[in-house]
Amino acid sequence: MSDNDFYALMPLLLLAGASVLVMLLIVARLSHRIIQIVSLALFIVSFSSLVYMRDLLPYPIDPLFVIDDFGVFMIGLIIFSGLVVNVLSYIYFEEKEEGPKEYYVLLFLCTLGACVLAVSGHFVSLFLGLEILTVGLYALIAYLRKRKHSIEAGIKYLILAAFSSAFLLFGMALIYLQTGTMGFSEMAGALADVATIPPLFLMGLGLMLVGAGFKLAVVPFHMWTADVYQGAPVPVTAFIATASKGGVVAVLLRFFVAIDGFRFAGLVFLLICIAIASMIVGNLLALRQKNLKRILAYSSIAHLGYLLVAFIPGSPMVPQAVSFYLLAYFVTTLAAFGVVAVLSDRESDAEELVRYKALFWKHPVLACILSSALLSLAGIPLTAGFTGKFYILATSLRSGFWLLGIVLVASSVIGLYYYLRVITVMFSGINDHVPEPEEKHPLFFGISMGVLSVLTVLVIWLGVFPDGVISFVQQFRLR
Amino acid sequence: MMLALLIVILMAGGLTALLAGKWNKSFPRWIALISSTAGFLILLLFWIDQHQVVQVSSDQNWLVQYQKDWILSFGITFHLAIDGLSLLLLVLTFFMGILAVLCSWEEIRERTGFYYFNLLWILAGVAGVFMAMDLFLFYFFWEVMLIPMYFLIGIWGSENRVYAAYKFFIFTQASGLLMFLAILGLYFIHGNNTGVYTFSYVELTGTVIPSQVAIWLMMGFMVAFAVKLPVVPFHTWLPDAHGEAPTAGSLILAGLLLKTGAYGMLRFVIPLFPEAARQVAVPAMVLGVAGIVYGALLAYSQTDLKRLVAFTSVSHMGFVLMGIFAFNELALQGVVMQIVTHAISTGALFILAGMIKERLHTRDMNLMGGLWTQMPRLGTIGMVFAMASLGLPGLGSFIAEFLILLGAFHAHFWITVVAASGLIFSAVYSLRIVQKIFLGPEKGAGHIPDFSRREMVIMAALTVSIVWLGLYPQPVINTAKPAVVRLVQLLQPDSDIKSEQSYVR
Repeated sequence: MSDNDFYALMPLLLLAGASVLVMLLIVARLSHRIIQIVSLALFIVSFSSLVYMRDLLPYPIDPLFVIDDFGVFMIGLIIFSGLVVNVLSYIYFEEKEEGPKEYYVLLFLCTLGACVLAVSGHFVSLFLGLEILTVGLYALIAYLRKRKHSIEAGIKYLILAAFSSAFLLFGMALIYLQTGTMGFSEMAGALADVATIPPLFLMGLGLMLVGAGFKLAVVPFHMWTADVYQGAPVPVTAFIATASKGGVVAVLLRFFVAIDGFRFAGLVFLLICIAIASMIVGNLLALRQKNLKRILAYSSIAHLGYLLVAFIPGSPMVPQAVSFYLLAYFVTTLAAFGVVAVLSDRESDAEELVRYKALFWKHPVLACILSSALLSLAGIPLTAGFTGKFYILATSLRSGFWLLGIVLVASSVIGLYYYLRVITVMFSGINDHVPEPEEKHPLFFGISMGVLSVLTVLVIWLGVFPDGVISFVQQFRLR
Repeated sequence: MMLALLIVILMAGGLTALLAGKWNKSFPRWIALISSTAGFLILLLFWIDQHQVVQVSSDQNWLVQYQKDWILSFGITFHLAIDGLSLLLLVLTFFMGILAVLCSWEEIRERTGFYYFNLLWILAGVAGVFMAMDLFLFYFFWEVMLIPMYFLIGIWGSENRVYAAYKFFIFTQASGLLMFLAILGLYFIHGNNTGVYTFSYVELTGTVIPSQVAIWLMMGFMVAFAVKLPVVPFHTWLPDAHGEAPTAGSLILAGLLLKTGAYGMLRFVIPLFPEAARQVAVPAMVLGVAGIVYGALLAYSQTDLKRLVAFTSVSHMGFVLMGIFAFNELALQGVVMQIVTHAISTGALFILAGMIKERLHTRDMNLMGGLWTQMPRLGTIGMVFAMASLGLPGLGSFIAEFLILLGAFHAHFWITVVAASGLIFSAVYSLRIVQKIFLGPEKGAGHIPDFSRREMVIMAALTVSIVWLGLYPQPVINTAKPAVVRLVQLLQPDSDIKSEQSYVR
C-alpha cells in the first residue's frame, strides 16, 4: 500500500478507527458528554481529511475502489449527515432510558458503510459496504429496545433488508456467471459489443434492482418505510433518510454509468415505471398522515422517485443533477428531522402533528427552520429544493423525457398539500403562554440550534445563489 | 440600479419589520409605510423625469434596465428592465402598497412584524414580476409572491381562512408549475435551434417554434395567467381567497395579483407565441365574455359583500381577456386602463367592505342597511365607487371599458354585442350594493363612527385617482403607448398603425 493509497482511503480509515476509539472510550467509562464531543471532533477530522484528497483525484484503487470527485463529494455528504445526526443525538438520547454510548460506535460504522458504497467499483466492496451499513442500522433502529414501535421497526427492517440482500447477492452471482467478472469496468468491457442485453445478465440486474429498490424505498419496495421511519429514534431516521440512501444511489449510478445500462430500452422502461409509481404513490400516501415522521417517510419515497427522473436520461448531466439534488435533499431532510429531534422529549418523539400547533408563536425559530425545510421539500423557489427540482426537470426534458417531467410536476402539486398542512398546523392556534420548561442542556441545545441554523442558511443559499455549487458539480465525470 | 433598489427596499423593509416586531408592535407598520412610500416616490420622480422619453421610445428600447449574472451555468441572468407598461404597473404596485399598509394600520394588532414582512414581500414579488426580463427570474418572482400571500390569508383571514389559503396556493402553484414546464420547453427548443441556452426574454422572443409545439407551450403559459386573472373555469379560488383574506390581502389580490395575469399575457404570451395566440383568439374572447356575464350574474346573487366584490372582479377581468385577444391598439389601451382603474375601484370597494366589517362585524349584506344616515361620508364614497364599478362616464372605468368594447368591435362583432350587455349587469349589481347597504331602513342599532382621518386619506387618494383617470387618462395612455404599439406590430406586421393612431393619440 503506497502513501497515496493511504491518503485516498484516509476518510474511510478514520471512520473505522473512530469506531474503535469510541469503543475504547466507553470501556474507560467516560461520560456521555465526553463521548459526544470526541465523536463530533472525529467526524470533523474525517470530514476535513477530504480536503487533502483533491490533488489525488481521480485515484483508482484496483480492484475494489474508484476514488473520484463524485465519490468524494458523496463521502463528504454522508460524513456531513453523520456529523449532523451526531450533534442531534445528544439531546435526544440524554433524555432516554437506554445508555446512549454504544450508539456512537454504530453511527460511525454505518457512516463507514455508506462511504464505502459511495466509492466502490466492485461487487465485493459494494456488498461489504452495504452489509456494514445495514447491520449497523438493525441495531440503531431498535436502539430504544423497550419501546414497542422500535422493536417492530427493527424486526421489519431486519427481515426485509436481509431478504433484499439475498436478492442482491443472487443477482450479483448471475451477473458474474454471465460476464465472468465482478468489477464494474471489466463488466463494461464484457458488455461493450452486445446489442441486446443477455438474458442472464438482465435477470441478475433485475434481482439487483429489487435489492437496491428496498434500500432506496421506491415503489413497489416501499412497504417498510413508514413504519421504520416512525419506529426508529429520530436521529436514526434522519440517517436512514439521508446517508443510507445516498450511498446506495451513488453506487447504483456508478454501476449504471459503467455498464452503460441506459442503452437497454427494457431496463430504462422498468426504471421509468418505478420512478412514476414512486412519485405518485409516495405523494398520495402522505396526504392522509397525521404523523410528521410518516409524512416525511412517504415524502422521501416521492423524492427518490424525483431522483430517478434525473437518473434515467443517462446523459452527461445525470451525475451533476443527482449530486445537486442529493445535496439539496440531504440538507433539507436533516433540517426537518433536526427540528423533530430537538422538540422531542423524554416520553415520546414530537411526531404527532398536534404537537406542532402554534409552534410559530412558541418557538418562532424552530418553526421557521421547519417551514423552510418543508417548503424546500415542496420545491418552492428561494429554497434548495427548487433549484434541485429545476436541475432534474432540465436534465429529463433536455433528453426528451416529457412524460417524466409532467408526472413530476403533477405529483409535486399533490405533495404541496401535505407540506402546507404541516405549516398550517404550525401557525394555527394561539400561544397558550405555558412557560416552556427550562432547557436542560443549554450547551448542546445551542450547538444543535447552531447546526440547524446553518442548515437553513444552506437551504436558502442553494436556492438563491446555486451557481457555485452547480459549477462544482458540473465537473463530475463518471467515465 | 433603480430597479434592483426597488426590490431591495421592499425585501429589506420586510426583514426589518420582522425584527422590529419583536420589540414594538407599532414599529413594523411605520417601516412598511416608509419603505413603500420611498419606492413610490422614486418611481414617481422617475416617471415625471422621463415623461418625454416614455412616449417616443420605440422598438425594444427599455426605459432603464439592470443586468447581473446569476446562474451562469444555465444561462440565467438577473435582468430587470421596464418599459411604459411596466412603469405604470410598478407605480400602481407601490400605490396599492401604501394603501394596503394604511388600511391594516388598526386592523392588524397581532404579530404585526410577521404581517408586514409578508405584505412587503408580496409587493417585492409583484414588483419583480413586472420587471423581470429573464424567464427564470420571472418564475422566481411569480412564486415569491405566493407564500407570503398564503400566510396573509391563512393567519389573518376570517373564519374559513385555512381552506381559502390552501385553495389559493394549490391553484396558483399548480398552474405556475405548468408554466415552468413551458418555460423549460422554450429554453430547450431555443437552445437546440441556436446552441445558446438562455432564459433571456429578449433572445427567446425570436425563437422559431414548430406550430404544433407552440400551441402546447403557449397553453402552459396561458394556464398560469388564466388562473391568476382569473378566466372563468379557473376562477373558483378567487371568491374564497378574496372573501377570507384580511382587507389589505383582498386589496393586493384584486389590485395587483390579478394584474400579474394580464401583464403576463401582454408581456409573454403574445410576444413569445404570436402565431399561436392568434389561433386561440376567438375562444379566448368567448371565455372573456363568459367571464363578464357569469361574474356579473354571480355577483348579483351574493349576500356576502366581499364575495360580491370578488365576483365583480371576475366580470371586469373578462373585459381584460377580451381586450387582449382583440389584438388592436384601442382594445389594448383599454386593457391597460382597465388594469389600472379596476385596481383602484375594486380596491376601494374592498377597503370599504373592510371598514364596514370593522364597524358592524359582519360581511352579510342582509344585516346591513341605512348606513348612509349614520355614516354619510362612507355612504358618499361607497356611491362613487359603485358608480365607478358600473362604468359611469367621468370615472376611470368608463374609459377603460369603452375603449375595450370599441376595439373588440373591430375584431369580432357578436362577441362585443354580448360583452356590452355586461355594462347593464354591472349597473344592476352596483346599484344593489348601494341600495342594500347604504339606503333602506336602518338595521343595526347604536352609534357607528364615520371615517377617521386615516380612512379619509385613503379614500381621498383613491377618489382623486379614479376621477383623474376618468377625466384626463392621457398620461396613462401615452405611457403605455410604445408597448401597445409594439404588440400590435408584432401581431399585424403589415397593418398600418398610423391610421389607427388617430383614435388614441
